[in-house]
Amino acid sequence: MTDNVLIKVENLKKHYTGGVVKALDGINCEIKKGEVVVIVGPSGSGKSTFLRSLNLLEIPTSGKIFFDGVDITDKKTNINMHRQRMGMVFQHFNLFPNMNVLKNMTKAPMTLLKKSKEEAESKALELLDRVGLKDRADAYPSQLSGGQKQRVAIVRALCMEPEVMLFDEPTSALDPEMVGEVLDVMKNLAREGMTMVVVTHEMGFAKEVATRVIFMDEGKIIEENNPQDFFENPQNPRLKDFLSKVL
Amino acid sequence: MLDHIIGALMAFFERFKEVMIDGDRYKFLIDGLKNTFTITFGALAIGIILGILVAAIRTSFDKNREAMKLRGGAGYYVLAVLNGICKFYLTVTRGTPVVVQLMISYFVIFALADDGIPVAIFAFGINSGAYVAEIFRAGIMSIDHGQFEAGRSLGFNYFQTMRFIVIPQMFKAVLPTLCNEFIALLKETSVAGYVGVIDLTKAGNTIAGRTFEYFIPLLSVAVIYLVLVMILSWLVGILERRLRKSDR
Repeated sequence: MTDNVLIKVENLKKHYTGGVVKALDGINCEIKKGEVVVIVGPSGSGKSTFLRSLNLLEIPTSGKIFFDGVDITDKKTNINMHRQRMGMVFQHFNLFPNMNVLKNMTKAPMTLLKKSKEEAESKALELLDRVGLKDRADAYPSQLSGGQKQRVAIVRALCMEPEVMLFDEPTSALDPEMVGEVLDVMKNLAREGMTMVVVTHEMGFAKEVATRVIFMDEGKIIEENNPQDFFENPQNPRLKDFLSKVL
Repeated sequence: MLDHIIGALMAFFERFKEVMIDGDRYKFLIDGLKNTFTITFGALAIGIILGILVAAIRTSFDKNREAMKLRGGAGYYVLAVLNGICKFYLTVTRGTPVVVQLMISYFVIFALADDGIPVAIFAFGINSGAYVAEIFRAGIMSIDHGQFEAGRSLGFNYFQTMRFIVIPQMFKAVLPTLCNEFIALLKETSVAGYVGVIDLTKAGNTIAGRTFEYFIPLLSVAVIYLVLVMILSWLVGILERRLRKSDR
């Protein structure tokens, strides 16, 4: 059972301004291979901070994060090697505007995984094909719509063949009619067995795809459960209150 | 009326010939212009190298101080000291007149030098480095932090992220400003005469001293600077439009 645990978080804390603001206040959590964990909660609850801590874009104040058995919060750990195995998708896409779509996707595998140009490009084109954007390989990010940008951002991360994908509100910056195309890509990814951690406000996605839903508030995990019980039978009053507002 | 104007013009050209052409005195200006170019390009080269170094240290410190403090290690203190040195350099260089820096370089630091041109290149280069550093720093800071995070999240280290993602975007953003710094530098070198260098301005002044005619040589100098700056500004304008086009 323990071999199955991909990410283990122990008593994670993130404090700002000398402890006055507690963005994360003692998080304990395990994420197993193949799980799709969706994190929900009111804004300012620390869910994005938690997600960004998992690949150390936020350096925690204290606590430990184990990725595949290695403590990545240890100063001696080479975080760059571990980030290669953790894909991340941002709210604002963050495609590189100075590179076309194909270069966006092949730069990292060619530089970091020492893949040949042909190998990296064929992999990239295959992934682009799967998200329906093969014909946009030569386009620059500024020529794409929001939904297209986010789909490229997802496959850019997949080009590194990560073991887990982290999604930080991937549909929040999209026009409503473009949310579906991005969620479809994520659903397919989940069906293929990718381990995913998703911060989102899309409750439909959580209900349909998640294997586990986590509710965070004030830097703590308040409740976690399978999606059915989570939405139909919430226990904590704060979760009940939250769900009554968003559903 | 027309006769008067033509007469005045004729007199002006006659005087111009006496002052500038006779005795090949215009050659002073050509030699001066060469020196002005040597100093400007040399100083710009030093300025850009120095600017990149200082901007790299300042931004690395600003971007990594929090993470480095939390992760510990000696790196933080090394970078903090380097950052302090850079700040001191920027304050002193931008806080004192370039003529004073030039004279200190020539009469104090390189008191044994007999050729003023390398000293002028050094002094203007150090001075320009401070301004170029701030141009680069502003450029790097203007790039969305998400770009940096996206690079790091793919597994690029700090320097790779800078090299492949941030710096190429930064260069595009600062190129017009950098060219304007070049134009400013070209005009600033006109004080090189203070340390015995015959630059364009000093050459004009020399002709004036020999002919006791100030108007024509100084007007010639002014026109040459003006034409050079106008050509450069025109080129910067073309460059800016090009860059904007590729932004679509």
